[in-house]
Amino acid sequence: MITKRIIPCLDVRDGKVVKGRKFHSIKEVADPVMMASFYNEAGADELVFYDITASFEKRKLFNKILREVASEIFIPLTVGGGIDSLEDFDTVLKCGADKVSVNSGAIKNPGLIDAAAKKYGNQCVVLSMDVKRVDGKFMVFSMGGRENTGKDAASWAVEAVVRGAGELVINSIDTDGVKDGFDIEMLSALAPKVSVPVVASGGAGKMEDFADLFEKTGVQAGLAASIFHFREVEISDLKKYLNEKGVEVRV
Amino acid sequence: MIALADYGVGNLFSLCASLKYLGIDTEVTKDPKKIKEAEKIILPGVGAFGDAIKKLEECGLSRVIKEEAKKGKPLLGICLGMQLLFERSLEYGIHSGLGLIEGEVRSIKDDMQKEARAGFKVPHIGWNRLDIDESDPLFKYIKNREYVYYVHSFYAGKCEESVIASSYHGIEITGACRRGSIWGTQFHPEKSGTVGLNILKAFTEV
Repeated sequence: MITKRIIPCLDVRDGKVVKGRKFHSIKEVADPVMMASFYNEAGADELVFYDITASFEKRKLFNKILREVASEIFIPLTVGGGIDSLEDFDTVLKCGADKVSVNSGAIKNPGLIDAAAKKYGNQCVVLSMDVKRVDGKFMVFSMGGRENTGKDAASWAVEAVVRGAGELVINSIDTDGVKDGFDIEMLSALAPKVSVPVVASGGAGKMEDFADLFEKTGVQAGLAASIFHFREVEISDLKKYLNEKGVEVRV
Repeated sequence: MIALADYGVGNLFSLCASLKYLGIDTEVTKDPKKIKEAEKIILPGVGAFGDAIKKLEECGLSRVIKEEAKKGKPLLGICLGMQLLFERSLEYGIHSGLGLIEGEVRSIKDDMQKEARAGFKVPHIGWNRLDIDESDPLFKYIKNREYVYYVHSFYAGKCEESVIASSYHGIEITGACRRGSIWGTQFHPEKSGTVGLNILKAFTEV
């Protein structure tokens, strides 16, 4: 059986790992290379790197860091942030990424998913979606959670998978950074709509939240940032805990 | 020196990093001469089969890899690189492979029993236990049922005789195969933490 995956997420801006709350008030944490290396040792199943840098110049810095990170870790690496074209896919894959996560770029141009899946295989294309409740409906937001696209989350998830996305990351804007548990309601509603693996993101605050996630929803992985960055939860303790709860994880 | 065949299909970075970490003399090359000179060859690959085999042929590497492998030079295909070793693939049409190992590359989803489909998602992404033939030299530094990392939607089938490791995902997935001095791993050793590094190390010593 495939194990459930525990994935630390590093949001990198201008070369530093940052962590915000509900996508705002971003604050710096530490050196991404050091942190990636730490997570590799600590038993993380995968790492996700998001480049939230705006300027082109600083993107080159990100690529340099990405290469350094990819040289030091021997677990899978997903990279996202500002991926708009096949050239962007090419760049990050050459820097050592294994999977590429698209978000706003795919909303603007859904054909990007088809093209990338055809060129690099479905397993390489991860659709990341930022979802928020609007009038009781799950809607997709773009531009780092600022803009309501008017797209229904379930329809977009299904469309992306039909186009060739091999994995979905569902990030609940409503629970992001709140640390009161994953958005079980949202994930239970969306994950069964697709046949591909789903990574849950947004809201992890303690070990119990992961047990809750895996017991109540069919998702394959839990992603979190601050609780791991600030070492409120150690990955080895979390995995031991989940194993005792009967959730199969790699230990 | 180990030649890492570079035919324009990603993922060389991580493999290089792993081999470098192990202190192994590696050369990333698209030069048939270098492949001939090398002691061992690694054939990596991510992406779609049809595109990859076309590129491998266009850059003239498919012929030299076949020749060297047939002479007995150790060859390791990884992920799509393993799939290329087989006779054919049914991914987006029918494509001929290198034909070094009997068998064909098939869709996991199509071959899975209907009842299994709900419980096992495709692509097969993640860490899965590997049941190994412990006598194979490729596994001399690992134990049975350790975890390795997979990312794929197609798998090698009709190749029972060459299977040396497998994982279960709704169906038996060929985890690794071998015919003589030709090995293949469906999982990514370069992404499988210490277990994977130990498999790569073992290959460099065969």
